[in-house]
Amino acid sequence: MYIEVQNASKTFLQNGKKFTAFNDVSLSIEKGEFICLLGPSGCGKSTLLNAIAGFSPVTEGSVKIDGKEVKEPSVKNVTIFQNYGLLPWRTVQKNVELGLEPKKIQKEERHKIADKYIELVGLSAFKKSHPRQLSGGMQQRVSIARALAVDPDIIFMDEPFGALDAITRMKLQDDILSISKQEKKTIIFVTHDIEEAVFLADRIVIMTPNPGKIKSIVTVPLKGHRERTASDFLQVRDKIFDLFNMKHEEQIEYII
Amino acid sequence: MKKLLSFKNIVISLLILLAIWQIIFSLSSFDSALFPSPLQAFQALIDMISSGVLISHIGSSMYRFAMGYVSAVVTAVLLGLILGRLPKVFQYINPAVQLLRPISPMAWMPFIVLWFGIGDIPAIVIIFIAAFFPVLLSTVSAVSGIDPIYLKVSKNFGIRQPHIIWKVIFPASFPQIANGIHLALGTAWVFLVAGEMVGAQSGLGYLVIDARNNLRSDILFADIIIIGLIGLILDTFLKVLEKQILKSWGGAD
Ligand SMILES: Nc1ncnc2c1ncn2[C@@H]1O[C@H](COP(=O)(O)OP(=O)(O)O)[C@@H](O)[C@H]1O
Ligand SMILES: [Mg+2]
Repeated sequence: MYIEVQNASKTFLQNGKKFTAFNDVSLSIEKGEFICLLGPSGCGKSTLLNAIAGFSPVTEGSVKIDGKEVKEPSVKNVTIFQNYGLLPWRTVQKNVELGLEPKKIQKEERHKIADKYIELVGLSAFKKSHPRQLSGGMQQRVSIARALAVDPDIIFMDEPFGALDAITRMKLQDDILSISKQEKKTIIFVTHDIEEAVFLADRIVIMTPNPGKIKSIVTVPLKGHRERTASDFLQVRDKIFDLFNMKHEEQIEYII
Repeated sequence: MKKLLSFKNIVISLLILLAIWQIIFSLSSFDSALFPSPLQAFQALIDMISSGVLISHIGSSMYRFAMGYVSAVVTAVLLGLILGRLPKVFQYINPAVQLLRPISPMAWMPFIVLWFGIGDIPAIVIIFIAAFFPVLLSTVSAVSGIDPIYLKVSKNFGIRQPHIIWKVIFPASFPQIANGIHLALGTAWVFLVAGEMVGAQSGLGYLVIDARNNLRSDILFADIIIIGLIGLILDTFLKVLEKQILKSWGGAD
């Protein structure tokens, strides 16, 4: 397995008391998979994502990527945040070049790579703009281009479209899906939106709170491009919805 | 249009000031050696300009000011960038800074003169002390208040020390640092004059003492106006510079 989370728990010390953000989580992810972590707010999705990405390692159990224990963030795996994480004093182009700078890449080559990904996300006309001059959706595109520019193995996304309006969100969902197929990246995507998860994921990891844990893992049976209004899509969505209301204690791999 | 308006404001404001001065002069019964009219001060100003005295005093003052202010800003910003990233260390430095900060730089003057003699150094040291603390404290607070997401992102992309300071920490904290630099300018200018009144043989502050000793209130007033004018120009210059940098960095508002 490419990513291997085994019996992982994360506890925080809050005012001298232990608080468990998630407990005994096990999860295996293959290269190239699109995984959604789905669950209500507070169920430990971000904490789990941050643990796999290396920002805040687990307190028990283990997280391994490619056989190696994760201890800190790696330049090979890029995280995209809900509030974009762009550097406001840099232009779009300079933001996209950020991750290329520590690598020993010639300036011209850097420009070429940046141009390529800025074009991929459809922002060529805004290369010289600053983030403040762009809409939220455009800013998140910049941050996607910035992530792709370093050619990462894994892209972590924490509710990346959560701050966008519904129409922009759908457009970006379309785009990230086609980009993920085209660039063949492993993507772990946090969301609390069932439709978003069904639209994007190969597998959906359903999490529940108090304490955060995996309730079930669902393989989405839809192939190729998904229609949000098609009956098979709606069926899967309803099944997931039902899962949240079920009182199952054991963790089960579901094939719908 | 906005520029024109503010120019109009400046002119009217100064005219009002002049008018008040003239009225007080006309109404008061002071000897004109003690209280000059605007015209007398203006005449003294013209004399000093044409004799080249004024420009040489301005020269010495500006040299000291530049030396003291620039070196204070550079060291305070550098130190602040480092200390802002080391909150545990700063906890031990902050109390000492808070103790030294409220001491008027002029209180150090006797020591400074004893150690460095009179000349350029005392005024430079005074300006340094006056500018150093506000810039240091605003830099530390700016750096420690940086949005952690910038640091997370830079770490993720492999931006390491020392690059992270120039690429991320400095620009992210720049607006607040610039604020401190700006505040310090006014303070430093105030203390330049004070420093030169005690420890120098030239400069705008020395001119104050020299005019007093020669009972030349017209020169004194002319000097005071020049001190105010240069302070205003420096302040405006810095404001414009600050705006330019902010604009090229995507602008705050
Ligand atoms: N650094 C932290 N210190 C203490 N508690 C935390 C910390 N980060 C997250 N938590 C707690 O862990 C729980 C899960 O948080 P999070 O992973 O952000 O949930 P989600 O992303 O699913 O909304 C929350 O109750 C939150 O308050
Ligand atoms: Mg979250």
